[in-house]
Amino acid sequence: MIGRLWGTGTALLVASIILLSFFNYEIPTPLVYLTALAFFGGAGVFIFTRGLTIYVIKRCLGAVFVMWVIATLTFVLLRTLPGGPFDSEKALPPEILENLAKKYKLNEPLINQYGDYMYNLLQGDLGQSYKYINRGITSIIAESLPNSIQLGVYALIISYMIGIPMGILAGWKRGSWVDFSSMMVAMSGQSLPSFLIAPIFIMVFAKQLGWLEPALWEGPTYYIIPMVVLGIRPAAVIARLTRASVLEVIHSDYIRTARAKGLDQKTVLFKHVLRNSLIPVLSLSGPLAAAILTGSFVIEQIFAIPGIAKHLVLSVTNRDYPLILGTTLLFSLILVVANLVTDLLIAIVDPRVKMG
Amino acid sequence: MGASKTTGRSLQHEAWIALRKNKVAMVSGFLIIFVCAVALLAPWISPYPFDEQYLDQVLAGPSERHWFGTDSLGRDMLSRLIYGARISMAVGVITAFVSLIIGTAYGALAGWFGGWTDSALMRIIDILDSIPSIILLILVKLVFEAADIIGNPELKALTSMLLALSLVSWVSLARVVRGQVLQVKQMSYVEAARSMGASQLRMVAQHILPNILGPVIVLLTFQIPSNILAESFLSFLGLGLQPPYSSWGVLANDGWRSMSSYPHLMITPGVAIFVAMLAFNLLGDGLRDAFDPQMRGRA
Repeated sequence: MIGRLWGTGTALLVASIILLSFFNYEIPTPLVYLTALAFFGGAGVFIFTRGLTIYVIKRCLGAVFVMWVIATLTFVLLRTLPGGPFDSEKALPPEILENLAKKYKLNEPLINQYGDYMYNLLQGDLGQSYKYINRGITSIIAESLPNSIQLGVYALIISYMIGIPMGILAGWKRGSWVDFSSMMVAMSGQSLPSFLIAPIFIMVFAKQLGWLEPALWEGPTYYIIPMVVLGIRPAAVIARLTRASVLEVIHSDYIRTARAKGLDQKTVLFKHVLRNSLIPVLSLSGPLAAAILTGSFVIEQIFAIPGIAKHLVLSVTNRDYPLILGTTLLFSLILVVANLVTDLLIAIVDPRVKMG
Repeated sequence: MGASKTTGRSLQHEAWIALRKNKVAMVSGFLIIFVCAVALLAPWISPYPFDEQYLDQVLAGPSERHWFGTDSLGRDMLSRLIYGARISMAVGVITAFVSLIIGTAYGALAGWFGGWTDSALMRIIDILDSIPSIILLILVKLVFEAADIIGNPELKALTSMLLALSLVSWVSLARVVRGQVLQVKQMSYVEAARSMGASQLRMVAQHILPNILGPVIVLLTFQIPSNILAESFLSFLGLGLQPPYSSWGVLANDGWRSMSSYPHLMITPGVAIFVAMLAFNLLGDGLRDAFDPQMRGRA
């Protein structure tokens, strides 16, 4: 009972933050603290009482290890690449190259550079950009990350809002025209490249109807097209998985028992089928986060959204190695955390899962 | 279901019979064969060379001379689309094949030996899985292109694309193969082979691999379209192949810039990608149902 109350309360807090951000209202700092407290505190209590503490600590250490390996590998790769970022421009005089190398400490032994980098990394400093003079990678990320997170979260929400009802309906009414048509739609959604949907949406909703803005990232009318376009593929995946999961549950013994007890269809659907069939869907959140991350590259490009993915693409063209390194670490961190949170949520929602 | 009367019908044969009944999957299969044929025969069937410019026809809409119109440099869109099919399909098929070899070997190694080997190999996969695939793609391409092994810039872009996609996509295959090997390893026929004194290699090659073929084929069928899409994503971002080279992603990137005035430049490659993706996905679905006896008669 308390668990459910906590769950609902935290969900409401998170929803209020998302709504405020969507309508471009200032998010009050106490609300953020309260939400964080509710989320982490509740999760902590849950982890402790369910005896998951050791598992969680193990997973967190594993995540730190993975991040360290990625940081090291990427660092070594990028620092040992032949040809530097300053090659591409017109041939620079040797004195200037010398100065540049000195400024970015490229002349020191690799192991010293690595030590410096790791030391700064632990303090949250990702170094200096090669391209944007005197700008730290951390400040570039701090500026563009909120936009990317907004886009990703909205897309994730919209994909669940479309995908889950569609999948449940299709699975519940299996074999009917509802099932057939929604699965056809889902299949098409999965096969449509976003750079084909985006222009169509822009043409219809921005150019013809004039309801929404065709590009940039400044308010609700700007957010809708990108988030829907980004959410379509995940929504299709969710719908198909939900349907498969509903079918699986419907064929299980406890549903037969529930029906044999004489429960009406609605109770069976809402009390038994829904709750059990949504667990596999929840476990998809990690891979979905990865898919949305990938999709955001094209979306940020098309809609000129000043986000991280756009910076990464630019930094590759510019050969701005520190920025590539920083964004790589950030994206990997997002993915690692998403996978961790997904596994924890599963453990919380599904008491059958035993974690070792 | 029930026991079949004919004896000695293999799993593959059963799956083929189930697949033949699935009309959607069969139509998709024929569509894929058609696209492959077009790709292979590109030099003979395309009406114009893919990089020839017709300067009197710049940005022309669809006409009798140019069925799908021409692009901003006056090149025939149909020819570019046909040559694009060549590169896009080659990228999809070759990378799937390479990842099949790496993934199967890796997964079989982990699953068969188990224990310490398994945990070490799986830890590597965990790390690779934690880097978003698009970033891994970009990094591999970056490193390969900076290493400057191949002089020809066009060939370099294509090779690095193939290399990057192959290196990224074997991971999921290795996971599936490992899981399957772990399962099949427990089967009594493997035990029987072992007690007959079969060598390790023989057991894996003769008894394990043929029995995990189903899931591997299904995954490969899904991997081809996702690699085609990844190629078009990268080319769209300007990080993949470059014009005058023609792939569907390059065409989409070209067309995107003049979308509002000349929609045919965007729609043509977009529809081509959509149809190919749809066909592969539907065929993959059909194959999955065909190989999974539990699914038969349910959907």
